[in-house]
Amino acid sequence: MPLNEHIVSSYEDELTALQSAISEMGGMVEQAIQDSVTVLLRLDHAQAQELRLRDKDIDATQQRINDMAVSIIARRQPMAADLRMVVTSIQVANDLERTGDMAKQLAKRALQIESLSLAPKFYNGVKHMADLVSRQLKTALDAYATRNAQAAVEVCGRDDEVDAMYNSLFRELLTYMMEDPRNITQCTHLLFCTKSLERVGDHATNVAEAAYYLETGRHLGADEQARQQA
Amino acid sequence: MNDTIDGCRVAGLISLDGEDIYNPSIDVVELRARVGMVFQKPNPFPKSIYENVAYGPKIHGLAHSKADLDEIVVSSIRRAGLWDEVKDRLQEPGTGLSGGQQQRLCIARAIATQPEVLLMDEPCSALDPIATAVIEELIDELREKFTIVIVTHSMQQAARVSQKTAFFHLGKLIEEGKTEDIFTNPVNKKTQDYITGRIG
Repeated sequence: MPLNEHIVSSYEDELTALQSAISEMGGMVEQAIQDSVTVLLRLDHAQAQELRLRDKDIDATQQRINDMAVSIIARRQPMAADLRMVVTSIQVANDLERTGDMAKQLAKRALQIESLSLAPKFYNGVKHMADLVSRQLKTALDAYATRNAQAAVEVCGRDDEVDAMYNSLFRELLTYMMEDPRNITQCTHLLFCTKSLERVGDHATNVAEAAYYLETGRHLGADEQARQQA
Repeated sequence: MNDTIDGCRVAGLISLDGEDIYNPSIDVVELRARVGMVFQKPNPFPKSIYENVAYGPKIHGLAHSKADLDEIVVSSIRRAGLWDEVKDRLQEPGTGLSGGQQQRLCIARAIATQPEVLLMDEPCSALDPIATAVIEELIDELREKFTIVIVTHSMQQAARVSQKTAFFHLGKLIEEGKTEDIFTNPVNKKTQDYITGRIG
């Protein structure tokens, strides 16, 4: 449902500013995930340090979004779609902050791994998974920004692919460990990394669910259940 | 006005440009020209829309010619956001407008004399939500040129339109500060109780 502008223009401006802050934070987090995967696969220790520090900016942005949302609730008494926008902005900012933490985790792991000597096929697997979760996150954020409930449903549907990919990488890492026990340390680190990426996928799903709720005022999980029963 | 009420007692200080407004040497006529008022119930004069706005500038001698006066009337009505609705019927009675329009006419009348401060006493309490939003948008625009003091029982309105809030309770000033702080994190317990609906 396209919305008209508010009569009080300063209220309109505050909601727009909140929406842009979410987009800005989304951009920061997407970039952090991509960079952290690159850092991990190249074991670029210098950039890993830089990434860890960058997480502070993401945290500060979440703080700012929360303050904006609290201020709008207290001063503007948002209703209906506006109320959902303000409430979901707090949720989305929270998921983005956690996603930023995952990027930091990947960077920290990269610092702990001395060297990697695994089959190229494996690197491709991790890269592939990182691409998939990045795409999921981007689509979810776009669905949120454009209030596209259909796109949000699709993101949630694709989360199974992420889980399947995680399971296959998990098995692959186990094989490496069984083949040569000297691989155990680095493979365990990598196992945690793939788990982090899988978590990013979950956060993308949460963002998509928030987008669905924002647009429809209903909960995606309950709606899906009803559709399956019908 | 306070002089006419027996037993009225005033404590504290209200100053305009550093001058106590209760100082006996203050010229109250001049003070009233510097401070415009808008009341709770729209109270246009039983005259035409044009005359309602022209009255103040006329008696204060602000216009030197008919053209001057026209200019003041038109710009005041424009600034009050009423122009498009009344431009074709300036000679019709102000009392024939809707409540929200009448209130904007009163605002036009108040700003026509170029006051420094605009006092608004419950300016939206008799209006529907849309007319209220129009007035609140107007308040936002006018505050670029005027200092606006608004008295309201609606805490929501105080939160929406103001930058600074003072909380008065039973005639006493309890707390004042940035609106944001008063409504998200007040210092005084009485304020906290009042805005959260807990005062007994």
